[in-house]
Amino acid sequence: MLILSSLLLFILTTHSEALTPAAARDEFQEELVIRPLHSGDIYASFQFRTLWDTDFLQEGQKVSHYRLFPKSLGQVLSKFSVRELHISFTQGFWRTMQWGQPFIPSPPGAELWVWFHDTVSDVDGNWKELTNVLSGIFCASLNFIDLTNTVQPSASFKPLGLGNATDHRFLRYATLPREIVCTENLTPWKKLLPCGSKAGLAVLMKSEKLFHSSFHSQAVHIRPICQDEQCSSKAWELRQTLNVVFDLHTSGQGKKEWSLFKMFSRTLTEACPLASSSKVYVDITDNPELFELSPATPLLGQAVVLGDRRTYSVYDLSRAETFGQLRSFNLLLRDMLRPLLHAERYVAGFGLQTGEIHTVIYNNHPYRAFPVLLMDSVPWYLQLYIHTLTVTSKSRDNKPSYIHYQPAKDRHRPHLLEMLIQLPPHSMTEVTVQFERALLKWTEYTPDPNHGFYVGSSVVSALVPSMVAMRTNFTQDQPLFSSFVPVKEESSYFVRVYTEPLLVNLPTPDFSMPYNVICLTCTVVAVGYGSFYNLLTRTFQVDEPSPPLSKRLANLIRRMRGVPLLT
Amino acid sequence: MGLLSDPNRRKALTGLLTRLNTPICIVCYLAGIVWFMGLAFEPFTLRTYMSENAMGSTMVEERFSSGERALSLAKEFDAHKRKAGGMPVEWLVKAMQSRGLEVFTQSFSRKLPFPDENKERYMVRGTNVYGILRAPRAPRTEALVITAPCSPGNTNNQAVALLLALAQYFRNQIYWAKDIIFLVNEHDLIGTQAWLEGYHHTNITGMEYSPLQGRAGSIQAALSLELSSDVITSLDLVLEGLNGQLPNLDLANLFYAFCQKLGVLCTIQGKLQRNDWDTAEGYTHAAQTMMLMVLKQACGRSWGDHGLFLRYHIEAASVRGINSFRHYKTDATTIGRLLEGMVRKLNNLLERLHQSYFFYLLPSLSRFVSIGYYMPAFGLLAVILLLRVSFPGLCHCFSVSLQPSSPGVLTVLTPVVISHLTGVALYLLPVHLQEMAVEHFPVSETEAVVLTAIAIYTAGLALPHNTQRLLSGEGTEQGWKVLKLTALLYLAVLLGCTALINFSLGFILAVTLVPITASITPHMPKALYAVVMVLLSPAFTILYCVFIYQELIEAPVSVSEGWMLFLSVISQGILDHALYGSLVYPLLALFIYPCWLMFWNILFWN
Repeated sequence: MLILSSLLLFILTTHSEALTPAAARDEFQEELVIRPLHSGDIYASFQFRTLWDTDFLQEGQKVSHYRLFPKSLGQVLSKFSVRELHISFTQGFWRTMQWGQPFIPSPPGAELWVWFHDTVSDVDGNWKELTNVLSGIFCASLNFIDLTNTVQPSASFKPLGLGNATDHRFLRYATLPREIVCTENLTPWKKLLPCGSKAGLAVLMKSEKLFHSSFHSQAVHIRPICQDEQCSSKAWELRQTLNVVFDLHTSGQGKKEWSLFKMFSRTLTEACPLASSSKVYVDITDNPELFELSPATPLLGQAVVLGDRRTYSVYDLSRAETFGQLRSFNLLLRDMLRPLLHAERYVAGFGLQTGEIHTVIYNNHPYRAFPVLLMDSVPWYLQLYIHTLTVTSKSRDNKPSYIHYQPAKDRHRPHLLEMLIQLPPHSMTEVTVQFERALLKWTEYTPDPNHGFYVGSSVVSALVPSMVAMRTNFTQDQPLFSSFVPVKEESSYFVRVYTEPLLVNLPTPDFSMPYNVICLTCTVVAVGYGSFYNLLTRTFQVDEPSPPLSKRLANLIRRMRGVPLLT
Repeated sequence: MGLLSDPNRRKALTGLLTRLNTPICIVCYLAGIVWFMGLAFEPFTLRTYMSENAMGSTMVEERFSSGERALSLAKEFDAHKRKAGGMPVEWLVKAMQSRGLEVFTQSFSRKLPFPDENKERYMVRGTNVYGILRAPRAPRTEALVITAPCSPGNTNNQAVALLLALAQYFRNQIYWAKDIIFLVNEHDLIGTQAWLEGYHHTNITGMEYSPLQGRAGSIQAALSLELSSDVITSLDLVLEGLNGQLPNLDLANLFYAFCQKLGVLCTIQGKLQRNDWDTAEGYTHAAQTMMLMVLKQACGRSWGDHGLFLRYHIEAASVRGINSFRHYKTDATTIGRLLEGMVRKLNNLLERLHQSYFFYLLPSLSRFVSIGYYMPAFGLLAVILLLRVSFPGLCHCFSVSLQPSSPGVLTVLTPVVISHLTGVALYLLPVHLQEMAVEHFPVSETEAVVLTAIAIYTAGLALPHNTQRLLSGEGTEQGWKVLKLTALLYLAVLLGCTALINFSLGFILAVTLVPITASITPHMPKALYAVVMVLLSPAFTILYCVFIYQELIEAPVSVSEGWMLFLSVISQGILDHALYGSLVYPLLALFIYPCWLMFWNILFWN
């Protein structure tokens, strides 16, 4: 029994009319989706979208008047000629098997991928500067992104916005699986919102609660999109998303009831006055008759998300009727729906010399086969033996129809492996590749070398056959969470699945006794090697004792006299 | 090193070594034994201390309180175990699921090479059940394991129940940084082996198992729990693992620290520690504890479920509850708290346990002997072999044998080859000939294997070793010297390598093999020396170890019982090799025994 109690919503005034269109029109929308998960956890997903009909990259036109769009990001976009930017910070791992698909997936740690404009000549230079700037903006260690962990995927990361750039020379992709996400990353992220955390949905983002959860992910996506359906001019879209999964088991003490206050220790008091729309969606698809939502809402919405038609209760914060009490939320757990696409990864073998990376991809669709793109970026210190690459489905060899492999260069760039694999229906496909662990130079070890070294998540991107028809035309009243990835066909939808990162131990010297090592080495070299070298190279001669001075003088005289010398 | 480059002094040194060779060897041998026995003397050992900072200063507070619930759960588990006639898989799966874990099962089957009479099993089929507690906001890269075996009969019910109670308690905590895997394994070590092989996707022992569905990254540490009664008087820590591997000493320190904190009596090798080191009894007690550890380590088998984890570089130890007749009793809540504390501290680890020692001997839980202290004892024995190489005449013949025209190499080759072929036969035939043996003799398969091994061992002594005479005629004086030189160097290398990996095994072998191999020549009274050699051969070493072990655990046995134990030790050794990949049996059969045969050959050289 889930009870959603005392969600008090106070609306100040209607405000969206107050917005007067400036020279370039801009718009801000905010949205919160709450979905009870099959595992009994609660998934809350915030999306904030800022639209701005302007073009940062236009020649000769300098954008200097910012209203809703954050200036710090706008300047970065124009300075580095960024066409598209996606950055995510995630703490935790999305448990696809328990939770289904997230609205916007992200790997553990930090992920950054950027499409540069095709006028950029020095992409690597721009990339390096950009990562350093972003590192400052988001208070994160993005400055650790360098050429050794950057790849240029050829197929897995297509631009999501306007323009069909396909030249992957302008794409850079990097992950930092070790990055730890915490409050200091959340604060600058919140500052990018027009209302900050002062009003609107962002009021709920209290870091103490957000980080007391099973999963936390925050992201920023910037891309150019069409201004209207004719696509006559370009607009920029900034989407800030924040996904949290709350564990009812630990926080609820066994009782399955929750409320906004219990989750966030805040209630909603008003919409962001700058927002043109501000909505809360509660997913009531599973057994709506057993849900008790309070206050009840007259608004019901339907959306097709990730191949599934879902029903939502919609609370419009910009309408006065939302007044009242929203509570008593009831949920019946039902059998888990297996996600159609699922992937996991692990390191096989033991010892510190070799190993094998296994990536297992599950297609749980009962009768449809579909292709997936698998992208693996492996650091150079795991030396992949690409000839050992095998792909097996249903214990038969499965030949990938496309392989793009870029070998690593020691200390310069990582391995990049991209494959297009056809997954047979209802199958498990296993991709294995063996590797050898490199011996690093002693300065290359991290400060805690015995912790292990991280290998970023591999990425599985696929067009998964949909159970229901998808809407392909873009309409305004669609909820934000269902419109991120443009749908091009009715019968399938795009899904990206990240596997878990790997923690691999490399052969590590014992740093705790450098003194002993130095002493021992020096002694061995000095005593052992020195004396043996000496012994082997020296020529031994019997030493003639030199005669005393008197004898030498006597001999000198004897030689002059011509008589035999003294011995 | 003027000593070596100055010809005069060099001559003096070699002169001294050759002249006083025998006395020096005797002194070295005695010094080695005395050094070893001195290791148990407390003033010579170091006090244990926590090296890992992440576990030291961050003291945790234990709050586990559902010990009583665990005990009632144990009864429930027992009832379901009886009903299922084995592992109650469904009940366990439900129990773990209701506690909020991700639950998976793994089935496995294994056909033993021959029936195991100690545990009465031949065709083994079983299921492991494990539940994963996912740490919040952790990316599934690190894990800890807690295992409890599901044993037949009444044993270990409390361990499984306590495991479930801990799972329930842990699930409601938020501080976990590593996933925790709760594993209930069937058929003790075989189940653990199947699970570990499944987890790491390896197959080193020919086990058949179903692949694992859920994983949690690289395992940092594991604890195995064995508990068969509601209250206990003391907890015993078992460290010795497969092939004599030991977990990092910090794991033992951690256990000891929590026993001290919670006031639980703790033992190692079943022996409490005493404080009266300066009395003779105190020293004897410490020496016995250490000798037990040496014997257990030397036999190379896994003394608990933890032993198999060590191969995968997972630090692991078994905690075994002992219920004896002491008055002081500890309840399940306290044991739960002890485990909670240990797991929480392991959870705090930033790196794998690596700070403390991996090579050590423990005369008590609070004292340890590090590798730097015990290695000289072995070194003093091993140096005898090298000193004997400089025995007058041996050096000379070494240079002679290097000349291609001399028959030296050839004369050595045949005994070496024949000895090793006997070793190969000893390694392969017992298991492969069991069916034939069972057909022809009225014995069981297990007896057949053991008796075949003993027969081949004995037959090796009677082999015609003097085949070199066919090639080079009469056995020459120089011939046996070349053979002895080879054999001495071979034994030195073998023992040296063994002692580096498993000190105890190397030391025990050195103690028995070195005196006779160092002194053997063909000119000795053959009958007497043959008896002495046989009495100091590897097989008799095992027999002595059996008796000494029984004596030390205060369960002395008669000669016939000892003989039966000896037979079962051999069968267990062969089984351990086949099931878990223990290397003691192949080492003895393929290397040590052939090497010993080469010396046997020298005695009968003519």
